[in-house]
Order: sequence, then C-alpha cells, then structure tokens
Amino acid sequence: MTRRTETPGEISAREEEPTHVSLPPPKAPATTPLMAFDWAKKNLFSNIPNTILTLLCVWLLWETIPPLINWVLLSAVWSGGDPAICKAAEGACWAFIAEKHRFMLFGLYPFDEHWRPLLATALFVAVLATSCNPQFWRPWLLGLWAAMLVVCGTLMWGGVFGMTFVENARWGGLPLTLILSVVGIICSFPLAILLALGRRSDMPGIRAVCIGFIEFVRGVPLISVLFMASVMFPLFLPEGMTIDKLLRAQVEIIIFTAAYLAEAIRGGLQAIPQGQYEAADALGLTYWKKTYFIILPQALKISIPPIVNQFISMFKDTSLVIIIGLFDLLTTAKTALTDPPWRAFYVEAYLFAALIYWVFSFFMSRYSQYLERRLETGHRR
Amino acid sequence: MIAGTSVPSAAPEPGTEAAITLEGVHKWYGAFHVLQDINLTVMRGERVVVCGPSGSGKSTMIRCVNRLEEHQQGRITVDGVELTNDVRTVERIRRNVGMVFQQFNLFPHLTVLDNLTLSPIWVHKHPKREAVETAMEYLERVHIPEQANKYPGQLSGGQQQRVAIARALCMKPSIMLFDEPTSALDPEMIKEVLDVMVELAEAGMTMICVTHEMGFAKTVGNTMVFMDEGMIVEMAPPSEFFENPKSDRTKKFLSQILTH
Repeated sequence: MTRRTETPGEISAREEEPTHVSLPPPKAPATTPLMAFDWAKKNLFSNIPNTILTLLCVWLLWETIPPLINWVLLSAVWSGGDPAICKAAEGACWAFIAEKHRFMLFGLYPFDEHWRPLLATALFVAVLATSCNPQFWRPWLLGLWAAMLVVCGTLMWGGVFGMTFVENARWGGLPLTLILSVVGIICSFPLAILLALGRRSDMPGIRAVCIGFIEFVRGVPLISVLFMASVMFPLFLPEGMTIDKLLRAQVEIIIFTAAYLAEAIRGGLQAIPQGQYEAADALGLTYWKKTYFIILPQALKISIPPIVNQFISMFKDTSLVIIIGLFDLLTTAKTALTDPPWRAFYVEAYLFAALIYWVFSFFMSRYSQYLERRLETGHRR
Repeated sequence: MIAGTSVPSAAPEPGTEAAITLEGVHKWYGAFHVLQDINLTVMRGERVVVCGPSGSGKSTMIRCVNRLEEHQQGRITVDGVELTNDVRTVERIRRNVGMVFQQFNLFPHLTVLDNLTLSPIWVHKHPKREAVETAMEYLERVHIPEQANKYPGQLSGGQQQRVAIARALCMKPSIMLFDEPTSALDPEMIKEVLDVMVELAEAGMTMICVTHEMGFAKTVGNTMVFMDEGMIVEMAPPSEFFENPKSDRTKKFLSQILTH
C-alpha cells in the first residue's frame, strides 16, 4: 500500500538520463604489481598530508619493530642462571623467567610440592575447557566441577595421603589468581541474576534491598572494601575469632562482581519485549518458570558482552588482593624481582605476567564471541 | 480487506452455558477511563468479534479476561470462576484460556516444537512424549508440521502466527482470545491465518476475536461487538450489524473500514 506509483513525469525524467548500455566493457584486471602500486597511490599517497602521515608511520615502524624483534628474540638470553650474562647482553633476559618462573607461578608454596599446585591448575583449566563446550552442559558437569574442586582443594591444602599440609596463606601465583577469579565468577553470577531480578521485582522490600546493595557496593572502590575487610572487619569480630584472609578476599570479589554484573544483566532484562512476558503469562507459566525458561535465556544472551567485560575486568582486578597480603600472579612476579642480582629485569617479569593475563582474557573474549554466534537463532529485534 | 471465504461456514451454533461474563467492568489508566461499564456474556462455543477504532479499549478488554490487565471494578467470570487477585485463580484461568497476540510473541530462543511443548510439559505436567505428539498434531492442524525444528526467526509472519495459534491450542484451552492476530501480517499471509481461525471456529471453539477482518466476522462470527472510547456501543449478530447498524458511530466506523 505504500508502494510508489510512478507518475508519467518521473518516467520521462528517467528516460532522459544517459543510458549506460553503450559504455565499453570493464577493463581486464591489471597485473598485480601495478594494482599494488595503484592501491598505494590511491590510499597512502593521495595528497600531501596523507603522504606525510604514511612516511611518518613507515619511519615509526622502522624505528620500533626491528629493535623490538632484536630485543625479544635475537639478542635475548634464554638460559643460564647467571644475571651477569644478561647484564652484558643487549636483549631480553628470559633466563630470569627460566630461573624464577616457579616462584612467579606458585608463589610461596613449598618448592618441593610445586607439582601439587601445578596439577591442581591443570585440572582446573581442563575442567574449565570442558565446560566451554555447550554439548557438555548437562547435569553431570556440575558433578565434575564439584569433584574437581574437592580434588584441587585436597591437592592445595594437603594433609592427607602423605601430602604435607600447606595453609592457604602460602598459596600464591597463578593458582591463587585462577581460584579467586573462577570461584568469583561461579558464585557472583547467580547472585547477580538474583540481584538483577530483585531490582525489577514488584515487591518493594526486595527491590529496596537489591537497589541498596548494588548502589552501595558500586559506590565504593574495591580496594577500599578489601582494605576495610582486612583492617576494620576483624575489629568487629568477637575476640579470638578470625576469618581466613583468602576467604575474605574471595567473598569481597564475589560481592563486588555481583553488583556490577547485576546491572549488566538488568540491561539485558530490560531489552526483553513486554510481549515475551505476556506470552509466558498467557501460557500459565509461574514467575520462576517464566524467568527460567523465557526471560533469562534471552536476557543473558543479550548481556554476554557486558558480562564478559565484567569477568575480564574482575580477573585482572584480583591483583588488588595484594592489599591484604595475598600473593597473586602479579605480586609474585613483582616479588621475584626483589632478589638483588635480578632486580634490573622488571620488564621481563611484567611481560611474563602480562602475557599470562592476556592469554586468559583473550580466551574469554573469543569464547564470548563464539557463544554469541552459537546462540543466534535468526531472530533479530 | 476481506480475506477468508465468503461461503457460509459450517460452524456449529453456540450453546446456552456462559463461558465468559463481564459485568460492569471498569478500568482506569491513571485518570484515563479505558473501560467504562463493560457488560458482555460469551456463551460456550460462541464466536464474538470485537471491532472499533484504535484506543477504544478492545484489546484491554480481552486482556482483562486472562488477567494480562487488571480490572478495577466489576466482575469477570471465566468458566464459572471469578477472576480475583489470587494467584492460583489467575493461573487456573490462564490454563484454560489460550491467547494469540498481534506480534505473535513466540519465544525466539526456542524451536517451534519447544515453543509448543513448554506449557504442556511445565504447566500441565504432561509427559514429554505426549506433549510432543500433541504439538505435532496441532502443527498439522495449522498446516506446518515440517517447521517443527526451526526457530521462529526462520519463519514467515503468517507461519509464526500459525505457530502461535498452535502453541495456545496445545494447552487444550476451552476459550481462545485473539488480539488483532492479522494486523501485523503482510496482506498475502492474512488468509492462511484466517483459514486456521475459521477451522477452529468450525470445530466449536469459544472465541473472542479483536479484528478488523470483516470477512472473517461475517463468516464465523455469532456476535459483533463495536467499541468506542472504552464503551460497548453496539452489539448484534453480524447480519444485523452490517446491514442495519443502529448508532451513528458504528455507521461511521463501518463506512471507514469497508470503503477500503
């Protein structure tokens, strides 16, 4: 009904336009070098400012890339535990990493027992990798997680099967970072969902509690909460009662992440059209069934980017637990530098830590993109 | 505008027992009096077609029947049960009342089959196999069994609306509410949806249908209801309603929609 009908005037105007029928057929493609030359001329040297920019960029790359390759690879010292060789060399001192990697990865954990955190981390990563495949999203996966956590806890603490007991104050490095973030993710996620639902609840009491919680937690910096928890919180506890440092840090990370995550999820909830709620109501679904089957699957899918954003951010924020004296990956890397002969190699230490953080963060990012594609059902609103 | 068939339908005559009654129903949105003293009785097996200009309260009225909207005054009785604020009463009524929306409102993250079996399995507690069988039966009835494993987003508008009708039917409701089921459809898809609705009427389903498809109304409707400004202005059998409308507003409305 909105289709335009052409008036006679329009038709004649069209006919007056030059027709393209008489044009010669397009030229055959030019040879490759010529094409590259044309492309460069058109895109890189089209005018004077462009030319200047191009030359500047080429110069910058020339100045930075070869020295970087030289430093990282060609002139680097790869092995030999002697700092003097490193000092004499021009390149990076990867020998430092080779020498200190066990401390960086496992912190103050007893040196001879490093196989335990190594095995625990490997198990952890293996189960994590398994969980990434949606085909395995079955009830048994929960069982696998529970079993894995028990085994990892046993490995880390020890005290049974002839393993010496290692108190968790000595845990550190990568296992600590992974435990804090993965347990943080697993626990904060359901809490965040409840907070987001509560914030949209019809019940004023629940809504007030959720809003209060979210706004309070979001309003203070994580660092101050960690600090308060380590310094002030014990003051309020009864005499002689202590709460484990690791547990405190974990709880704070969970609470913190949950508050931020709740807002990300609320964004997804608000994007669900009213019609979805009404259709679910009309089918007689109760609130929880409606939420579980209809609303959350769609809302969470929409919220994947901000949720993963939050997880990546939280993964890196675990390094703030240094505030209360826990040795996470970044801190162990930093601490490795306190060994006097190796002091000069802080760039290598931080690059090593950064690389590990980047690998995990990049994986989360790619995985979220995969999930989004997989959950796409051809319905666009 | 007239789609569907003009052949007199084989739909059975309505019974004598009331399926839905609205008595003195009022509703306000803030200061806006959207429903004003609505009185309507729908017999079992009766097909009521509601029409009227937009904003006249016709959608709001049928949405009150399954409590998607709350009325503030008056009594609504469905299948002999009075609608109250009690959650269980509301759930009980919703189990017996199927609803089809203008925008289909299928669940885009579920396949067609999952859309259809969700309520039978989780609300009516039917075993999964039975629910799937019923769902396939109704997909046959709306003529798209081959789409069972697709997602709603992969179907045309007409197909989606037929899935939505099948989804409502899977609850084996005694009453069906249609809220402008063809208004969001491309013209060439209206007929396929109306055909399904005509078949449903011929099977004796109690229906309230908000629509401007006057061909459909003439074919299967028992009662025409014309609403304007929150009130029922005229209520009559289709023959009388179209041939001999009483109020000026009805005449004006009919002249507007029938001349197109």
